[in-house]
Amino acid sequence: MSVPAARAASGENTLLSVEHLSIRFGGLVAVDDVSFTAGDRQITAIIGPNGAGKTTVFNCLTGFYKPTMGRLTLRHPQKGEFLLERMEGFQIARKAGVARTFQNIRLFPAMSVLENLIVAQHNMLMRASGYTVLGLFGSKIYKKAEKEAVELARYWLDRIGLTDRADSNAGNLAYGAQRRLEIARAMCTRPAMLCLDEPAAGLNPRESGELTRLLISIRDEEGIGVLLIEHHMDVVMGISDHVVVLDYGRKISDGSPQAVRDDPAVIRAYLGEEEEEDLPPEVARDLGDRGA
Amino acid sequence: MADVNASTVPSLRAPLDLPSALRECGVVALVVFALAFALVGFRIQDVPGGLDIRYRFHEVVAITAVGFVGRFAWILLRQGRPFPVAVTALPFGVALLAMLLGPLYAPAAKLERLLIFGDVVVNWLLALFTLGFGGRAAWMIWHAASTITPEAREARMDRIGAAVQNASRYIGPLLLGLALALPFMPFADRRVLDIATLVLTYVMLGWGLNIVVGLAGLLDLGYVAFYAVGAYSYALLALHFDLGFWTCLPFAGIMAAFAGILLGFPVLRLRGDYLAIVTLGFGEMVRIILLNWYKFTKGPDGLSGIPRPTFFGLPMTANPSEGEQTFHQFFGLEYSSVDRIIFLYFLILALAMVTNLFTLRIRKLPVGRAWEALREDEIACRSLGINPRNTKLTAFAIGAMFGGFGGAFFATRQGFISPESFTFIESAIILAIVVLGGMGSQIGVVFAAILLIGLPEFFRELQQYRMLAFGAAMVTIMVWRPRGLLAHREPTIRLEDARPKSASAKSGGQSP
Amino acid sequence: MGYFIQQLINGITLGMIYGLIAIGYTMVYGIIGMINFAHGELFMIAAFISIISFLVLGLAGIGWVPVALLIVLAATMLLTSVYGWALERVAYRPLRHSPRLAALITAIGMSIFLQNYVQLLQGARLKPLQPVISGGFQFFSDGQFTVTLSYLQIIIAVLTVALMIVFTWIINRTALGRSQRACQQDLKMASLVGVNVDRTISLTFVIGASLASVAGLMFLLLYGVIDFFIGFLAGIKAFTAAVLGGIGSVPGAMLGGLLIGLIEAFWSGYFTVEYKDVAAFSILVMVLIFRPTGLLGKPDIEKV
Repeated sequence: MSVPAARAASGENTLLSVEHLSIRFGGLVAVDDVSFTAGDRQITAIIGPNGAGKTTVFNCLTGFYKPTMGRLTLRHPQKGEFLLERMEGFQIARKAGVARTFQNIRLFPAMSVLENLIVAQHNMLMRASGYTVLGLFGSKIYKKAEKEAVELARYWLDRIGLTDRADSNAGNLAYGAQRRLEIARAMCTRPAMLCLDEPAAGLNPRESGELTRLLISIRDEEGIGVLLIEHHMDVVMGISDHVVVLDYGRKISDGSPQAVRDDPAVIRAYLGEEEEEDLPPEVARDLGDRGA
Repeated sequence: MADVNASTVPSLRAPLDLPSALRECGVVALVVFALAFALVGFRIQDVPGGLDIRYRFHEVVAITAVGFVGRFAWILLRQGRPFPVAVTALPFGVALLAMLLGPLYAPAAKLERLLIFGDVVVNWLLALFTLGFGGRAAWMIWHAASTITPEAREARMDRIGAAVQNASRYIGPLLLGLALALPFMPFADRRVLDIATLVLTYVMLGWGLNIVVGLAGLLDLGYVAFYAVGAYSYALLALHFDLGFWTCLPFAGIMAAFAGILLGFPVLRLRGDYLAIVTLGFGEMVRIILLNWYKFTKGPDGLSGIPRPTFFGLPMTANPSEGEQTFHQFFGLEYSSVDRIIFLYFLILALAMVTNLFTLRIRKLPVGRAWEALREDEIACRSLGINPRNTKLTAFAIGAMFGGFGGAFFATRQGFISPESFTFIESAIILAIVVLGGMGSQIGVVFAAILLIGLPEFFRELQQYRMLAFGAAMVTIMVWRPRGLLAHREPTIRLEDARPKSASAKSGGQSP
Repeated sequence: MGYFIQQLINGITLGMIYGLIAIGYTMVYGIIGMINFAHGELFMIAAFISIISFLVLGLAGIGWVPVALLIVLAATMLLTSVYGWALERVAYRPLRHSPRLAALITAIGMSIFLQNYVQLLQGARLKPLQPVISGGFQFFSDGQFTVTLSYLQIIIAVLTVALMIVFTWIINRTALGRSQRACQQDLKMASLVGVNVDRTISLTFVIGASLASVAGLMFLLLYGVIDFFIGFLAGIKAFTAAVLGGIGSVPGAMLGGLLIGLIEAFWSGYFTVEYKDVAAFSILVMVLIFRPTGLLGKPDIEKV
């Protein structure tokens, strides 16, 4: 039984709407009739135990899997509506403006930090270079576009504090810096929606704090929608406007962080069914406190 | 090989475990024996009426002994005991050298009868092998005896490394200068120019393949196919339509680029080894088609009479045809046949430099960066909105185009082409040049080509060992330096390039 | 009709040879994820060792065919296995954790090295062998064409089937087979639970080499003529067979081999001989485009 989806605050629009999404791999049903919406200028978190289908949904949204059934609508504020399930992988990033990061960081390790951010602006630069032809002959339009690209890169480098590492190889950065770089790279594609797959994984508390501040500032200053999968509950509860909970491929809860945290279905999913009697007294007390 | 460390000091060494060392050597010797027994011990002889066998067991014994002793020396060095090795290896190596050089300086002594192996090259290898061990041992001794602290040594290596790095900026222009000046140097006779032209051809092909393999990371083992398409396109256009080199050159490139796209389409979803095998198959298919489509390509007979290139319309011959002015007549020069060779040399140099400049430029353009990004991580590329299909096809097409130009040059230089020149081995050689030089490194390709193509040409007598040495070199260099000899990548754009340095720009903003 | 059956028999025989080589490719790919480019050279080396063995036996006066055959088979399998073992040890083990390209270049280098090694030692010319096993059954004549099933072809079939049975038993019932399957699934995990990964990989190479060596002997007997280049072409076709059957699957390799053999036989029989190799390559390309996991392979889902 799902809690009705949280109504978007007045003035905010629905950025992404997922309707009856199902994904099957052969006989295995990975995602079963999942529907939810994610609002513009909101941070929406998808949580759930391991194997719940979160990354599968993500991969579907960003074009790496094709859904067996369902509709994925992205309402781009400037460019209109896009049906993501019909679009080819790279077009989702290019046309619909959906950018993502990966669970296992996927940077371009042999290229420098700056180059990683420039590559993200590929499509704009390609047009400016006349699809390479004009660029080969040293066109001024391309040179100008490249300068602009570097400026955008510089802006994000400053945001994430890596300006002095701009020319180092991305593969040589510390883990936390790599995660931030991946986010900055995604932002350099000027997306309408940013999808993050476990961005806080492997970060210590200080780095998690920096991450949450970064994401909030992205939501507020860039004014886009953020969708994230996360296991770190403090990050989720701390910054999300809206939480969707999946378990065994189905949606079991949907609402504000408060509502979801107190939802017995969610607690059951994370902690298990009959074990309530066998819970150690401190945990049972804890749960009792929250329920009150 | 063994690291130099405190264990060269006798008092700090662990005692030598003789039984286990001997056991190790025994295993090595046994394996070497098994390998050598069948194919070295018995040699098939072609005699009238069939085959006969010749026995070379003494060589098998010798090789086994070398295996045993060599492994023992290696163990000694690994355990930090260089003295025994130095003391035995150096005299032995010197003795071998004496035996090998003896015939040159003291023929009467007939020292060469003492040599174990029938083959001169194998004996030389044995001598080098022995001297190598001895040298390494001597180096270890010298190191242990030196009074420089490890830190000082590290610092010195770093300074040397930095100096080399700084110098490398000048290597490119320096090599170019040398290349331009080569034909006018006193030692540059026809043979030297021929070798130089051959090396430059491979350099150009290496640079072309570098776009596909080094930049885009697409393992192409069939590059020779584009070389062939370029050569045959030029030859056929020139022979049937009586067109000149310069007119046909773009067509050769276009045909080859077209072949590149044709190859690219089926292999878009393939990665790594699979891609390599399929491209290899493609190369072979092209060769087989050229061999068998007699009507079009004259099959194994090949195409001959391919016209030579002109200097902007001025032919380079001694006797012009009616109404034509030769190059020499136009410039008022004495005709000399070597001038055509020099012209061809400069032609390939120009073509190669165009390839190089193009590559350097395109690396700074979005498509070049997209190639490199594709090589690093295709999935990440897709997530950034880069179209992998178009990017790959462009890489194949442009790489193939330069292969085609190279092929056209080859056709016009030889005057005759046949499918024999376009075997898989050529693809392997070009790939080896790219990989051994260090993927993506333009200078590396030059050095690898000089090493792998130029050097053997000077040792003409060793021609039959060329491919063997080639294979051995590929294996050795890959095992020793998997990334290639000169693998080092400079970023195509630096942050300071975009704006003049100012204090605020370097402060590095804090994240919110 | 008779002609058809003859091509069928020839195709199956040839297919068995390809299948035996293909098993080596598929096993190595399954366990360390690389194509052993030099595998075809093991087949070639085996053929040379076989011919040398026959010549030596002939000179030593051992003429009785079954005994000679057994001795040659044993010698070839043993010595070629050592080559297979040494190949892995020298060229592939040091690069196990390096980028795949380095391993591929090394494999190509070893292939070139081995070809030239044999060429330099044994001479570049074709080596013919007097027919060792001749004669066969003649059955089924339709007036125009008499179908011949030679004793050699029967021996090849029997030997192949026997090897397949032994080999499948090893894979499925012994500890070695279990270790091998474990390594194929997850190399790191296998080493963590105590499987001796180095030894398992070495044994994989050895088994692949010995099967290829039997193929080499059969090739020699069937065609009577060898040179140092046969490994290259047979290697590519055997690899095509392995891919066709599903890389990583042993029964698939044999199935693929049989199919390639049949296709080659029928193509040369009914169309042209010159382009038969083109047919093999084209099949490879088509399989990789339309069904990259092969006939008996499992589809694999891209993990992002």
